[in-house]
Amino acid sequence: MISPPPMAITATGLRKSYGDQVVLDGIDLRVAEGTIFALLGPNGAGKTTAVQILSTLIRAEAGQLEVAGHDLTREPDAVRAAIGVTGQFAAVDNFLTGEENLRLMANLHHLDRAEGKRQAAGLLEQFDLVDAARKPAATYSGGMRRRLDLAMGLVGQPRIIFLDEPTTGLDPRSRRTMWQIIRELVAGGVTIFLTTQYLEEADQLADRIALLDHGKLVAEGTADELKRMVPGGHVSLRFGDPWALDTAARVLDTLSRDDDELLLSVRNDGRVKSLRDLLDRLDANAVEVDELSIHTPDLDDVFLALTGTESER
Amino acid sequence: MSTLRYAVSDSSTMLRRQFLHMLRYPSMSLFIVGIPIVFLLLFVYVFGGTLGNGIGGTGDGRAAYVNYVTPGVVLLTVVGAATATAVSVAMDMTEGIIARFRTMAIFRPSILTGHVIGSMVTTLLGMALVIGVALLIGFRPTANVVEWFAVAGVLTLLVLAVTWLSVALGLAAKGAESASNMPMPLMLLPFLGSGFVPTESMPTWLRWFAEYQPFTPIIETLRGLLMGTPIGDSAWQTVGWCVGGTVVCFFWSRSLFNKRSDR
Ligand SMILES: Nc1ncnc2c1ncn2[C@@H]1O[C@H](COP(=O)(O)OP(=O)(O)OP(=O)(O)O)[C@@H](O)[C@H]1O
Ligand SMILES: [Mg+2]
Repeated sequence: MISPPPMAITATGLRKSYGDQVVLDGIDLRVAEGTIFALLGPNGAGKTTAVQILSTLIRAEAGQLEVAGHDLTREPDAVRAAIGVTGQFAAVDNFLTGEENLRLMANLHHLDRAEGKRQAAGLLEQFDLVDAARKPAATYSGGMRRRLDLAMGLVGQPRIIFLDEPTTGLDPRSRRTMWQIIRELVAGGVTIFLTTQYLEEADQLADRIALLDHGKLVAEGTADELKRMVPGGHVSLRFGDPWALDTAARVLDTLSRDDDELLLSVRNDGRVKSLRDLLDRLDANAVEVDELSIHTPDLDDVFLALTGTESER
Repeated sequence: MSTLRYAVSDSSTMLRRQFLHMLRYPSMSLFIVGIPIVFLLLFVYVFGGTLGNGIGGTGDGRAAYVNYVTPGVVLLTVVGAATATAVSVAMDMTEGIIARFRTMAIFRPSILTGHVIGSMVTTLLGMALVIGVALLIGFRPTANVVEWFAVAGVLTLLVLAVTWLSVALGLAAKGAESASNMPMPLMLLPFLGSGFVPTESMPTWLRWFAEYQPFTPIIETLRGLLMGTPIGDSAWQTVGWCVGGTVVCFFWSRSLFNKRSDR
């Protein structure tokens, strides 16, 4: 019999509110060791709040919370010793240089001098900050500061890493470097809990994804499982004149239309047979199509379908 | 045991961070010694001739006045230092790095002890510098070695109290701006006491305030130790004010810090 994989993070009935605004309304999370977990959700969904609670920064109101095998309320210092955190907003010391910031972290992790120096040098290399290592962080560009911030979260080789929107503000190359670093960390057995607005990022990296909206988890699973939750894909059609748009909208299974752009979005799973049916029907009504593009469902669709304001649903 | 080791190691790490800040941002440290040195030169060379005759010193009025005014001017050093400390604590608390510290298994109070020890060291160095300048322009103390140690002890007690006060003010402030204004009333205390002129020369209502505010016994104690004037009860009042102030401000800081730590 195989024992279930040990959990790095478990939360049961996690609740938090600010005043009478309920931010997290009793959510359950389970993240297995050595996996990447992505928490998605629109602005204000409560992602940062969840990260702050799990990384011991703020207290939950209720819930059974365990990180690295330690209870969050009873043994916060044991949790802190096991985690590395990079929050949504830069947490670097602007007066210190990049290297001094990393050495500061090493000292606070109580690493010996040689080891601290080695890790700082390695991280400067990994995050492409060697040239800027001796300059004060105040002079860094936004992306450089973000990279330093991420590097600081990795000093001391934590077993569990929290990353709140790690790649926001990074250029595409730095983003890919960060993804590579995350994959290497996980290959070494590290657990990653990340939040992101880039659905491609979750799709690329995460073993499991949870979708948070209005303080509740509205979906959870692998990227493929989530994609199966929204019905089929769709096809976008562009027409040359309003009459064609009108006619097509009448005879097809319309999802949405844009009269200014003469665009129509119709339900279609994108298979050859369904496409042929669609074109046949347009031909039968003598409608000319200028442009056609096929969308198989991606996480964007899942996101848009499952989250939204109360009134839209 | 390991808690103690972390306490020492984390506090010294934070202290090093504080010294690096001072190196990168030296204008604050210059501000600390700038104020008292300007006041010293101003009072000795501009007002000193007249004021020295007024306080009934022997011989040259200006020479007598240097000896009279130096203890009060040395105390002015704490004003600049308090401002610098309050501002750097207030700024630090708004920086994201503090949130990062709070997710790490460190000795929490080290965030404050770094500030406290760092500012105490710079303030005391600043005071030594001010005394050095005073010696250059004619300050002639009569203190022996033991009395000099006592002077150092009194100044350390005072700086300890004022530093904890400014840490508390920095934690209570909404931002760097308001933190920089808070210690300003301290600036007036040496003037509204026996720092620059004897309290007997003041109107009654002001004299009452001057004699009961903390800086007067401290100045009288320092003057007694340095110049051999009578000290009397001032010594005990000095110790009382400084120790009491330190204890009150320490607990005030601690409660503010804990409150701000878990929002
Ligand atoms: N300190 C606070 N005091 C009061 N309300 C807060 C506080 N912090 C967060 N909130 C509220 O809690 C809700 C969730 O905020 P949170 O920062 O967790 O969202 P998020 O999912 O991280 O959003 P984003 O994608 O914009 O980063 C928001 O409505 C926010 O206004
Ligand atoms: Mg957020």
